[in-house]
Amino acid sequence: MKITIDGKKVEAKRWDTVLTAARRAGIAIPSLCQLDSLENVGACRLCMVEVNHPHWRGAKLVTACEYPVESGLEVITTSEEVLRLRRANLDLLLARAPESRRLQQMSAEMGLEQSGYVRPDKGTACILCMLCTRVCEKLGCNAIAPAGRGLDKRIDTPFGGYPDTCIGCGACAAICPVDCIEMTDTAKTRTIWGRTFEFVKCAECGTPVITVEYRDYAIAHRSLPADYYNECSDCKRRKLAVKFAKVGG
Amino acid sequence: MRISTIEQLDEQRRRFAALEQEIPWQVKVCSGSGCIAAGAAAVHDAFVKEMAAAGISASTSFEQCGGGTSLVAKTGCQGLCQAGPLVTVQPGGIVYTRVRTKDVPLIVTETLQKGVVLESLLYRNPNTGEPCRTREDIPFYVHQKFVALEGCGIVAADSLGHYLARGGFRALVHALAMDPIAIIDEVEKSGLRGKGGGGFPTGRKWRTCVNADGDERFIVCNGDEGDPGAFMDCALMEGDPFRIIEGMMIGGRAIGAKRGFIYVRHEYPRAVQRLQSAIDQCVDAGLLGTDILCSGFDFQLRIVRGGGAFVCGESSALMRSIEGFPGEPRSKYIRSTEKGLFNQPTVLNNVETFASIPAVIRDGAYAFASVGTGRSKGTKAFCLAGRVNHTGLVEVPMGMTLREVIFGIGGGVPNGRRFKAVQTGGPSGGCLGEAHLDLRVDFDELSAAGSMMGSGGMIVMDDYSCMVDVSRYFLKFLMGESCGKCVPCREGLFQLFEIVDGIARGNGTRKDLERIEKLGHAIALSSLCGLGKSGPNPVLSAIANFREEFEAHIVGRKCPAGVCRELTTFQIDPHRCTGCMKCRRVCPVNAISGEKKKPHHIDTALCTRCGACRLECDDEAIAVV
Repeated sequence: MKITIDGKKVEAKRWDTVLTAARRAGIAIPSLCQLDSLENVGACRLCMVEVNHPHWRGAKLVTACEYPVESGLEVITTSEEVLRLRRANLDLLLARAPESRRLQQMSAEMGLEQSGYVRPDKGTACILCMLCTRVCEKLGCNAIAPAGRGLDKRIDTPFGGYPDTCIGCGACAAICPVDCIEMTDTAKTRTIWGRTFEFVKCAECGTPVITVEYRDYAIAHRSLPADYYNECSDCKRRKLAVKFAKVGG
Repeated sequence: MRISTIEQLDEQRRRFAALEQEIPWQVKVCSGSGCIAAGAAAVHDAFVKEMAAAGISASTSFEQCGGGTSLVAKTGCQGLCQAGPLVTVQPGGIVYTRVRTKDVPLIVTETLQKGVVLESLLYRNPNTGEPCRTREDIPFYVHQKFVALEGCGIVAADSLGHYLARGGFRALVHALAMDPIAIIDEVEKSGLRGKGGGGFPTGRKWRTCVNADGDERFIVCNGDEGDPGAFMDCALMEGDPFRIIEGMMIGGRAIGAKRGFIYVRHEYPRAVQRLQSAIDQCVDAGLLGTDILCSGFDFQLRIVRGGGAFVCGESSALMRSIEGFPGEPRSKYIRSTEKGLFNQPTVLNNVETFASIPAVIRDGAYAFASVGTGRSKGTKAFCLAGRVNHTGLVEVPMGMTLREVIFGIGGGVPNGRRFKAVQTGGPSGGCLGEAHLDLRVDFDELSAAGSMMGSGGMIVMDDYSCMVDVSRYFLKFLMGESCGKCVPCREGLFQLFEIVDGIARGNGTRKDLERIEKLGHAIALSSLCGLGKSGPNPVLSAIANFREEFEAHIVGRKCPAGVCRELTTFQIDPHRCTGCMKCRRVCPVNAISGEKKKPHHIDTALCTRCGACRLECDDEAIAVV
């Protein structure tokens, strides 16, 4: 189907969201809480765009990450109102997490020097984009989830205690746009969510591969051979190269 | 009692109607939350005891009455909460107000045994001083029109028999004889709009659901009433639970749903208990279950209790909560009538909407639509609260002006104070001032004025209320109840609160009002759900209608109403003070000094600005300077 984004005719597929269609056409829309492989939640509100349709009575403001395309849809990503709302929400986020490099960068792009609001004294720099909880859920662990509501809302382990189902994969920390999930790696251990995990060491070079719990989980749930994680990816590659060389030689 | 056919239903209705005629006395003790708090439960028990002592055969169960046995029933809210506990005695329809247990023996010996009406317990018309015997005489009731609340306070809330005797399930029989689409046509023609706040046309909602693809359809009743000061749904669920069940069954028949859910907040234990008892009685009688009244219609109902989150009154959050997930709203780009509960087409309506359905089907769309304005038909229930003479539950025809509701039914502002504002629509609504008193109760008129119909809270404020403080109160409420999912609502309402709190504490700047308006509009436009979108309404409407009061806080550093403690100084006017000592006695910090019959003095260093002295003073000698 055909839709228009900022005056440009764009080919979109059924079940596309406005955001996917725009990105495919090379039109950038800022977003903090969206990832293609995860369910969209529309939490950060930065991807708001204006949509209209010849059959409608007027334009609507919607989140691009959630709005499903339909034939003939007209999208405007940079109207004055859209930019104003985007800045307003970024301003609120910046008050929450002024140290975040990602937010600073986005603010600079939108011409926002510093937040006009006070920093809430409750909670951390977490902007509750839910990427961490969604990625954890997607992996099948559900070790962390949102708890509480309003300003007290936070990402936490069950009842704030020991995370039984956490496997120390570190996906939550890696995906966090404001780097507020604490993860400490040493040569032997990884500490995250108040729990310390032992690393599996590479049988060849001794560098940490993944945590023991993660290895066991991956073997049990991803039907991989039991010795799959015995070596680090570098050593695996090196051994494979040697093998190829022998076959070829 | 097993009712398997329409004939059996009619037979039972005739039996119970005849039984009601036989009952010598019906003593109806209001058991709404207000009257219970005022001691209605003890009054009810006292009636049982005293009637037995006086040798009057009486029962608390309608089904066991008749043949000389009188009824002592617990009913739902009878409306005039201000004068509770209320007791209505039939025949005669005598309304006794402020009944205490000590009054019960007298009512039994005088009224029930001798037929004498006790004037001392009657309501008195505040203007004429005349005692009013029945509902028809009390001005509070005269201007009302009861549709959804038709049976509330009239029927014994726990009796299927009494509901049948009063014509219950007649509308269901009608509906079962109709084509499902014809039911929807009828509801659409009636112009009934959702009474939970949004005002979406009910018929159109049902039709979209019927036209959507799905494996199963669900019907959900939203009883998660959370607005401060609102208790219409509570009163209905407690007072006329069978009517809600009947409304849901008609809805289920219309859209082809076999299962329905009633979502009731956990803070309404009495509503849960009465609804559950009503469902159980219907199941036992065969009015819920399979092949209801031999029509081939199957319907089950289940109560789901909410955990006390305001946001769960939002339809998509409510459905998530029923499914067992945290109650967070989702974007409704795909409507819940297409993908709702368990991803199936779902109709969700408010308690009051379902309670209106039997009237629409029984009396027909035209009768229902004969009341109301162009685009708002029928009636709307409100809870009158705050600074008004008659607080309580009211139902008014659409199109009545706010002035008629507040001054006609509500009897105006007490203690001769001046009306200042009325807050309609709860935390999503707005504050309207005197200039808006002639607005009509109409979905579109109230929205255009910056407030909304909402679920029906109506809080009246007098000139002792400060609009900055009221805005701060609502923002604090909303901030605590925001689910925290999306940024503008979670972070934005907090920032709004901070600004308004600063103004109330005397730290406001001239730029603040502009900042509030800018941020408020951003929140309204970019929030995910309706609660966030309407969250800035109270403060935005307060600024629009009471700008000078905000400016007084910012520029003059004064709170004209004498509420914001940092900006208030109380002083006694020596010319007005009669030295009655009342204020001295009530002051919690002993800041007031002065001898009897000589002007008193407030030590401002000690005064905590609680305002207790001002409320106590009969001579208006305590001024805000």
